[in-house]
Amino acid sequence: MIGSEKLVARGLGRSYGDAAVVRHGRTVLTERLDRFLQFDARTGVLECEAGVTINALIDHFLPLGFFPSVVPGTKHVTLGGAIAADVHGKNHHVAGAFSRHVRSFRLLTASGAELECSRANNADLFWATIGGMGLTGIITDVRLTLSPVPSPYVSVRYERASNIDDALELFHADDHRYAFSVAWIDCLSRGGSLGRAVLMRGDFAPNELLTARQRHDGSRRSPTPRLSVPGSAPQFVLATPLMRAFNAGYYHSHPGAPRTKVLSYEPFFFPLDKIRNWNRLYGRRGFLQYQCVLPSVGGREGLIRILEMISSSGSASFLAVLKRFGEGEPGQLLSFPRVGYTLALDLPNRGPEVFELLERLDALVVRFGGRVYLAKDARMRPETFRAMYPEFRTWLAIKNEVDPDWRFSSDLAVRLRLMD
Amino acid sequence: MGTTIHSSPASADRTGAVNAPARESVLILGASSSIARWTAHAFARRGYDLILAGRDDDDLARLASDVRVRHNMGAETLHFDALSVSSQATAFGDAVRLAGGAEHLAGVVLAFGLLGDQRRAAHDSELAGYLVDVNFTAAVRVLTVASDHFESRGRGFIVAVGSVAGDRGRQSNYVYGAAKAGLAVFMQGLRHRLAPMGITVLTVKPGFVDTQMTFGHPGLFLVAPPSAVGEQIARAVEEQRSVLYVPAFWRIVMLIIRLLPQRIFHRTRL
Ligand SMILES: Cc1cc2nc3c(=O)[nH]c(=O)nc-3n(C[C@H](O)[C@H](O)[C@H](O)COP(=O)(O)OP(=O)(O)OC[C@H]3O[C@@H](n4cnc5c(N)ncnc54)[C@H](O)[C@@H]3O)c2cc1C
Ligand SMILES: NC(=O)c1ccc[n+]([C@@H]2O[C@H](COP(=O)([O-])OP(=O)(O)OC[C@H]3O[C@@H](n4cnc5c(N)ncnc54)[C@H](OP(=O)(O)O)[C@@H]3O)[C@@H](O)[C@H]2O)c1
Repeated sequence: MIGSEKLVARGLGRSYGDAAVVRHGRTVLTERLDRFLQFDARTGVLECEAGVTINALIDHFLPLGFFPSVVPGTKHVTLGGAIAADVHGKNHHVAGAFSRHVRSFRLLTASGAELECSRANNADLFWATIGGMGLTGIITDVRLTLSPVPSPYVSVRYERASNIDDALELFHADDHRYAFSVAWIDCLSRGGSLGRAVLMRGDFAPNELLTARQRHDGSRRSPTPRLSVPGSAPQFVLATPLMRAFNAGYYHSHPGAPRTKVLSYEPFFFPLDKIRNWNRLYGRRGFLQYQCVLPSVGGREGLIRILEMISSSGSASFLAVLKRFGEGEPGQLLSFPRVGYTLALDLPNRGPEVFELLERLDALVVRFGGRVYLAKDARMRPETFRAMYPEFRTWLAIKNEVDPDWRFSSDLAVRLRLMD
Repeated sequence: MGTTIHSSPASADRTGAVNAPARESVLILGASSSIARWTAHAFARRGYDLILAGRDDDDLARLASDVRVRHNMGAETLHFDALSVSSQATAFGDAVRLAGGAEHLAGVVLAFGLLGDQRRAAHDSELAGYLVDVNFTAAVRVLTVASDHFESRGRGFIVAVGSVAGDRGRQSNYVYGAAKAGLAVFMQGLRHRLAPMGITVLTVKPGFVDTQMTFGHPGLFLVAPPSAVGEQIARAVEEQRSVLYVPAFWRIVMLIIRLLPQRIFHRTRL
């Protein structure tokens, strides 16, 4: 490794916080590490460079009948970023996190050595890199499995749940029957409607379910964004009463009885990608993302407490998602997903009171044995992190062995005082 | 793929070649360059196999794999150092062999080049000569071999990546610019010589392109993505163009710079 500056890899910079930047150091751009190296259409195993994006995978492989096995809510992420944050998708309850479909990768480490890491080779480093937020080195090549899909369409069943208990019951009753499952949740409803939700669950649609039009359109490439948010939204749009009314409207726009719709994969998986500069909807001060997971045991009570806290603060906005996570893999260290429930929400930045609310949420999450997602964090305190990630000690030992001088560091690492 | 036995040569009219009916290859010299990489994809998309020549073997192997996976076309690599006299003499013949015979080598794209540090080159005769060797002399030697190939083949295309820097000598890059200007004149003469056969001889003059050559340099504006440049190069070959400014507005920019009276020109820091 040339020089002595701090380094950290950057994918497409879609993590919300300070994971892919380093003050007084160099950010290593990986976007142009984007070559496909080998594809086996019988097994779906692809070998490619780590700067390849989910978008590029879909563009090339969907026409051949393959889809990435796990996708986050935006297709503008790199495979390196997906491994470093061990991203999850709407299918975590059955397919696990991104890493489950990663066979191996090559890691450029601080010593300059490029190591092949897998569950069998350099297993410690493999697991420390998954969810390791770029701190073990630079992932250069990846071998992963793509999944065969019957069409570019998803058949989605929409179902209303009148409160949180109703929603959890539905998840438990038949989540396993759907490849994809997620719920929009109203974080501003109260009382008997606390946590009312609209569940959206489905599978890739077989050709028989498609209309002639869809069969025709399905062969086209993905379109570029059509909508764009021109300026920043005025503050009143984010006022609580208006948001409350908006959420109620959305909830009631779904009929009481479940219904099924067949829609293109794009609005289903990547609704925000269609709107360029969607973040401007939050005005000039922007917003904070908060995502936590609570273990199944005690999860219901924890969720209720969290929802009550958010609802009474009146702080939440429209974009809030509830999902049930399935089992992880035994080797995982800093990987975020854990079996249980995850709640992700956007909070408009109204100033200090939002940060205070998040502190109180952190405390609740710790109490219920949960954790907050590093890829979406910009403000957690070091002690909180340590309480949420008990595997950190094991991870640190591996980190100190592969990179004793902490050549790889980031603002996130400094903020969370990972090296002390 | 690539060195497999090819079917009989194309009988159809192949001037302005699109969608090769029999297998035809394009040789890219300096294929590890960003512009070259996207030019390779643009030709593969049009149905050509590729022969990727350069000195970074690992990088070329990766590009070759990428071409195979993305376009399902053949791609071979060839070790080539522009400054080695033996490379200059043998690269083209090796490429013909890899293509499966003279009939199958449809075109060559010369992309290698070196910008260098002008502030040093202005005073360092060693470096100045080196920049001319890479950007001009090496190109002349390789293209001279290539020209005979295309002359006897009677069709095909020759592309060299020059630069807008060759349009007027400027204090900020005149050593590099002089070499690229020489290359442009050489290409002009080659075009004159090969025009009767309908061979396309294209000089590409990029403005600012977002590649490692320019990365982090101050004072860049309207920087073009290399993918767009690659696509335009392949299209210009189809259209049998002679000179391609990319992006196109550089033709106007350079026209103005060329027309600036010396009195005014000398007051600028261009
Ligand atoms: C609209 C939106 C929706 C999202 N939805 C989801 C979701 O549903 N589920 C989910 O899990 N996440 C989600 N995310 C978060 C996102 O998937 C992750 O932050 C992901 O890591 C971003 O990838 P990136 O390529 O942009 O990486 P960056 O943001 O650039 O980097 C993220 C981390 O990865 C590291 N890294 C990047 N490349 C490499 C490499 N080659 N080698 C080593 N380390 C590397 C960086 O150092 C950094 O620590 C969402 C983000 C947005 C903006
Ligand atoms: N970027 C711009 O703004 C711009 C503007 C005008 C013109 N151009 C021209 O465009 C062409 C491509 O450049 P680029 O922008 O794509 O930059 P680049 O990525 O730096 O490409 C330069 C290429 O030249 C190769 N090269 C240099 N010396 C060589 C040698 N002795 N033997 C073999 N190969 C050698 C390099 O090979 P290695 O990888 O082995 O080093 C590399 O592939 C160059 O001719 C350049 O002059 C670029």
